[in-house]
Amino acid sequence: MAECGASGSGSSGDSLDKSITLPPDEIFRNLENAKRFAIDIGGSLTKLAYYSTVQHKVARVRSFDYSGKDTEQDHEPPYEVSVQEEVTARLHFVKFENTYIEACLDFIKDHLVSTETKVIQATGGGAYRFKDLIEEKLQLRVDKEDVMTCLIKGCNFVLKNIPHEAFVYQKDSDPEFRFQTNHPNIFPYLLVNIGSGVSIVKVETEDRFEWIGGSSIGGGTFWGLGALLTKTKKFDELLHLASKGQHRNVDMLVQDIYGGAHQTLGLGGSLIASSFGKSAMADREFSKEDMAKSLLHMISNDIGQLACLYARLHALDRVYFGGFFIRGHPVTMRTITYSINFFSKGEVQALFLRHEGYLGAIGAFLKGAEQDNPNQYSWGENYAGSSGLMSSSPELCPTQRARSGTFDLLEMDRLERPLVNLPLLLDPSSYVPDTVDLTDDAPARKYWLTCFEEALDGVVKRAVASQPGSADAAERAEKFRQKYWGKLQTLRHQPFAYGTLTVRSLLDTREHCLNEFNFPDPYSKVKQKENGVALKCFPRVIRCLDALGWEERQLALVKGLLAGNVFDWGAKAVSDVLESDPQFGFEEAKMKLQERPWLVDSYSKWLQRLKGPPHKCALIFADNSGIDVILGVFPFVRELLSRGTEVILACNSGPALNDVTYCESLIVAERIAAMDPVVHSALREERLLLTQTGSSSPCLDLSRLDKGLAVLVRERGADLVVIEGMGRAVHTNYHAALRCESLKLAVIKNSWLAERLGGRLFSVIFKYEVPAE
Amino acid sequence: MGAGRLGVPMERHGRAADTSSSSAGEPAPEGPDGRRRELLRRRASSASEPPVGASASAEGVRRSRPGSYSGAPSASRQRVESLRKKRQLFPWFGLDIGGTLVKLVYFEPKDITAEEEEEEVESLKSIRKYLTSNVAYGSTGIRDVHLELKDLTLCGRKGNLHFIRFPTHDMPAFIQMGRDKNFSSLHTVFCATGGGAYKFEKDFLTIGDLQLCKLDELDCLVKGILYIDSVGFNGRSQCYYFENPADAEKCQKLPFDLKNPYPLLLVNIGSGVSILAVYSKDNYKRVTGTSLGGGTFFGLCCLLTGCTTFEEALEMASRGDSTKVDKLVRDIYGGDYERFGLPGWAVASSFGNMMSKEKREAVSKEDLARATLITITNNIGSIARMCALNENINQVVFVGNFLRINTIAMRLLAYALDYWSKGQLKALFSEHEVSRLLSCNNVTDKKACNPHRIGTK
Repeated sequence: MAECGASGSGSSGDSLDKSITLPPDEIFRNLENAKRFAIDIGGSLTKLAYYSTVQHKVARVRSFDYSGKDTEQDHEPPYEVSVQEEVTARLHFVKFENTYIEACLDFIKDHLVSTETKVIQATGGGAYRFKDLIEEKLQLRVDKEDVMTCLIKGCNFVLKNIPHEAFVYQKDSDPEFRFQTNHPNIFPYLLVNIGSGVSIVKVETEDRFEWIGGSSIGGGTFWGLGALLTKTKKFDELLHLASKGQHRNVDMLVQDIYGGAHQTLGLGGSLIASSFGKSAMADREFSKEDMAKSLLHMISNDIGQLACLYARLHALDRVYFGGFFIRGHPVTMRTITYSINFFSKGEVQALFLRHEGYLGAIGAFLKGAEQDNPNQYSWGENYAGSSGLMSSSPELCPTQRARSGTFDLLEMDRLERPLVNLPLLLDPSSYVPDTVDLTDDAPARKYWLTCFEEALDGVVKRAVASQPGSADAAERAEKFRQKYWGKLQTLRHQPFAYGTLTVRSLLDTREHCLNEFNFPDPYSKVKQKENGVALKCFPRVIRCLDALGWEERQLALVKGLLAGNVFDWGAKAVSDVLESDPQFGFEEAKMKLQERPWLVDSYSKWLQRLKGPPHKCALIFADNSGIDVILGVFPFVRELLSRGTEVILACNSGPALNDVTYCESLIVAERIAAMDPVVHSALREERLLLTQTGSSSPCLDLSRLDKGLAVLVRERGADLVVIEGMGRAVHTNYHAALRCESLKLAVIKNSWLAERLGGRLFSVIFKYEVPAE
Repeated sequence: MGAGRLGVPMERHGRAADTSSSSAGEPAPEGPDGRRRELLRRRASSASEPPVGASASAEGVRRSRPGSYSGAPSASRQRVESLRKKRQLFPWFGLDIGGTLVKLVYFEPKDITAEEEEEEVESLKSIRKYLTSNVAYGSTGIRDVHLELKDLTLCGRKGNLHFIRFPTHDMPAFIQMGRDKNFSSLHTVFCATGGGAYKFEKDFLTIGDLQLCKLDELDCLVKGILYIDSVGFNGRSQCYYFENPADAEKCQKLPFDLKNPYPLLLVNIGSGVSILAVYSKDNYKRVTGTSLGGGTFFGLCCLLTGCTTFEEALEMASRGDSTKVDKLVRDIYGGDYERFGLPGWAVASSFGNMMSKEKREAVSKEDLARATLITITNNIGSIARMCALNENINQVVFVGNFLRINTIAMRLLAYALDYWSKGQLKALFSEHEVSRLLSCNNVTDKKACNPHRIGTK
C-alpha cells in the first residue's frame, strides 16, 4: 500500500574500510572526556553523537583588596586579571560513511579513557545491522530508539537552538539558500522524512506528534528503480546522472498530447502529463541520464504533491523536508521546492534544515540524556568546531568527496543560562538582528571577508601578546590563524555554510576560533589598563558635566557616549590609532566626531523628549570597556538616575574583543560608586541594576538574551532601550523595531561602511525612535 | 487522458465517387515518416523545464464549456456551418485521442431503411462492413467486442455502438487513411476530444481535409459518467464496486446504483491522471492530477521487462510477486510498526529491495511488472483519497483506459481506499470507459457543435 513510509534506509552492501587513519585533532575531539554516546546508522551514513566536557581557559577579574593599599591606588590597575580553567559542556556530532564505521569504533575504543557509560542509544535502519559490532567494539549495550521519535526530537532541538537552521531553496538566486530566522513558536509543523519511503508527521508540541501519512515512493524507489533502469548502483551517482539528463525525452509532456499548452486548464505545455509516457511508445534506447532525471522528477513531484495535500488537510504551511533523499543535494531540493510551489501555488513553503542529517543522532542522544535535561538549557552552534553546510556535498565538492573519508562535524556548546526573546521586541517572529545579509550582498561580502582577512595578523599578534607567560602561545595563535583563515576561505566559496553570513557571524566565528585555541580574552589586559585610566578621569568628567546648564549637558552627555564609542579595538581604523598613539584621549576623540547635523540625527527629538516626564526604566546595552563605558555610559546613566529613571545596564556574559563583560562591569560600577554618591545610592537601592546579556558576541541578537535580563525588563517595566556601538546598533539591530522608545547610537569607524551609508569615517548615527501608537 | 465523443452526423457534401477517385493517385504532401520526424523535431525544440502532471492546477476553475472549433479554411468551414440545418447523416464517429491510445466509437445503425440503403454511397457501406466484420484493424487497431452496446437508441436511431482503439502514434497513418479513403467526401466533421484533438487538428485539415469538432474532454468525461447509468450495459448496471477486494476467493464484483451521484470524485486514469470533483451536471472542477498514470506503468514496464503491449505488461504483472521488489514495513520492523499503526504488509518503499544488488539479481520480469502496477495504483489511490478528504467527498469513481482488463489495479484501489479511509470511502468503477460514451448525451445538444461559437472564441 502506498500509504506507508519508513525511514530506514536500504543497505548498499558496502564493505568496511579499515585502512583509513583518522586525524584525531579534528574528528573525535575531546573523546577522553566523552560520556553518553548515541549513534544513528542510515543506509550509507553513520552519525555519532557524544557529550563531552571541555576544559577552557577563562579570564577572571577580581577586585583587589584595597585596605591598607590606598596610597598606591593611582599606580595600580583597578582590578586583578587571572586565567582560570573552566569546564563547559559540549555536544559533538560526527557524520561519516558507513564504510568507516569499524575504524571509527576502534578509534573510539582506543581513545575513550574512562567513561561510566554503559549504554549507547542507537537509531536508524542500520542500527540492527551493526548492533553486534558496536557491542563488541565498545563494550556498551545497544539500546534501540524509535527512528521517528528521534528525528522529531532532533528536529525540535535544532529549530530551537540553532539560528538560521531552516532555509528555503531558491533555484536561480545566488546563493540558492535563503535562511529563515527562528520563529519563536516552532509548532505546529509538518515533517516530511524522505528515507527509502516517505513519512509525513505532524508535530504539535515537544512531545506530541502524529504520523498522518506517507508514501512508498521515496528515496528507495529512486535508488532501486534507478539502479534497475540505469545499471548505476550508487545513490549519489544516480543523482549525478539525473543532474545531466533531459526528462522530456522520456516523459510525455502536455505539449506532446495537445501540441501545446492546455489553455482552458491552464496547464503549460512543458508540464509532465505522464511520467515515462514516452518510453512505452518508442522503440529506441533512452539515455541513463534522461531516465534518471525523469525518475527524479516523478518522485519529487509525487512527494511534493502528497505533502501539499496533507499540509492542506491539516492547515499547516511550514513543511520541513529531511531524509537521505534530500541530504543537502541541490538537485533534490530544487525539484521538491518546485513541486511544492506548483501544487500549493505558493501557499506552502518547502523548508530544509542545515543539520538535517544529524536529527536522528541528536534525538537519540537527547533520549538517552533525559536525566540531564538537555532541553532545559540553551545551546549554541560552535562555528569553530562545525563543518559548514554542504561540506560533503558531491555536487559542490567533488574532489573532497573523492578523498577517502569525508567527515562532517557539528559541535554545540551548552550555554550556562537559557536564552529568550527580549520582551520588548515589536514582533519576535519577524525580528532579524542583522542589518546586512552578506549572503545576499556580494560587494559587502567581499569587502568584509577581506577586512577580516587583513585584520587577522593583528588579532594573532594581540592573542600572543595577551599571554606573555605561555610557552605555546605562538603555536596556538598560529593554529588559530589557520583555522579562522580556513573558515574565511570556506565562506568566500560557500557564504551559506553557517546560515546567513553577516558581520556578526564573522565576528562570532572569530571568537569561537580564539576560544578553541585557548585565547579566551586577548584583550583582558588592555581592558584592565583602559578601565584604570578611565576611572581616574571619571571625577573630572563628572565635574565638567555638572557645571553645564541642563540643555548643554544633555548634548555633552550624548557626545560623551559617542566619543567613548570611538574607543573600539574591533574597528581597524581605531586599533591602528590606538596601537600607534596610546595617548589618544577622550577629548581628542570628541574632536574627531562629526559635527551636527549627524549622518542620522534625531537629537532634537530626543532633547524634546527629555523635557517631558522621565522614563520609568531604561535598558542600556553597553559596548566597550574603558573610556566608552566609564566616561560615556556611566555619566549618561547617572543623568537618567537623577531624572528618576531606573537603569538596567546589560553587559556581555563572556568576553568579545574589548567589550566590557558583566564581571568587569560589576567592578567598574563598584569603583564608580566609591567616587560618586548618585551611582552609589542607586546601586544600593537597586535603581541601577547590572545584568548579563547571555552573549559573548560583539554584536547583539535580541532574540537570544539571558532569561534573567528578560525577567528584569518585565519586572521593572522598561520603556527605553539604549543600544550603543557599531556591532550592536549598526551591524545588528539598526532596523530592529521595539515596542518602546529606543536610542541607537554609534560612530562609524569604518570608512567603507560610512561611505555606504552616505557619510565619512567617524560619522555619527543618532537614531531615536518612538513606536507608532 | 481524454474523453471521447460520438460524432455528430453530417451533411454529405459532394460526390464521394468523384473525390475518392481524384485523391487516390495523389501523393501525400509528406509521407507519414517525414511527418513524424517533423513532429519529433518540434518536440525536441520546445524548451521545457520540468514538472508535473498534465495533471495539476486549474483548481477551483469551475467550468462548463462545450466544444469548440477553431477557424478553418473556407470549404470545410462552410460544411460546418451548414451542419445545423441539415439532417444528421451517417457515419457517426467519435474520436478520443489520448496520449497513448486513440479510442474510436462507431455507431452502427440497425434500422436502416431500404431507401437509405440505396442512397448510401459505396464508401460508406464499405466502412460499415469493414468496421463491423473485423475485430482487428491493421497491426494495432482492436475492436473491444465485449464492450459493444447493443440495440441502443441514439438520436432516434437504433443501432449498436462499437468500441475500437489503436495507439496514438499511429495517428498519422490514420489521417493518411482518411485521406486515401476520402472520408472528407462523406463525413466532413469529426467529433474529437482528448489532447490529440488539438494536436492533430491541423493534420486532419491539411492532409485529410477533415474539420475536427473539438469537444472539451472534461465536459465529456463528467457528462459521460452521469449518462452511463441511464443507458445501462446491455441490461446490466454500469457502475460496480468490489466486496472483499483483498480476498481472492471472496472477492465479488457487485452492481452499484449511482442514484445520488453528487458530490462525486472522478478519477480518470489515462496516460496521466486527472481528478475532478463533480457537484452537479454543470458544476465541476479539476482538483489536481498526477503524471504517474497508465503511461508510467506501461512505460516503466517496457523499460524494465521489454514488453511491447499493455496487455502483455498486465499479463506479466498477474504472474509476478511485488513483495520481492518492494520493501515492506515488516522487512524493516520485523512486523507491524505499532508506533504509527502501520501493518507489516504495507509497502514501506516501492522498489526498495532493488537497492540491493543481490535482490536485483533475484527478481523476475513478472515481479517487476507487478511491483510497477502496485506502485502506480497505490499512488493513485493515495492521491485520490487525499483529494476526497480535502473536498469532503466520499464516493470515488475510477475510470480510464488504465483500468481496462486490469482487475488487479481495481481490486487494489478498492481495498486501499477502504483500508486507509477506515471504510469511509467507496471506490466505484464503470463497465465502460465512460468518456467515449458520454458524448452520446451531447449528440442532441446542438450547441456543442454550434459553429457560431467560432466567433466568440
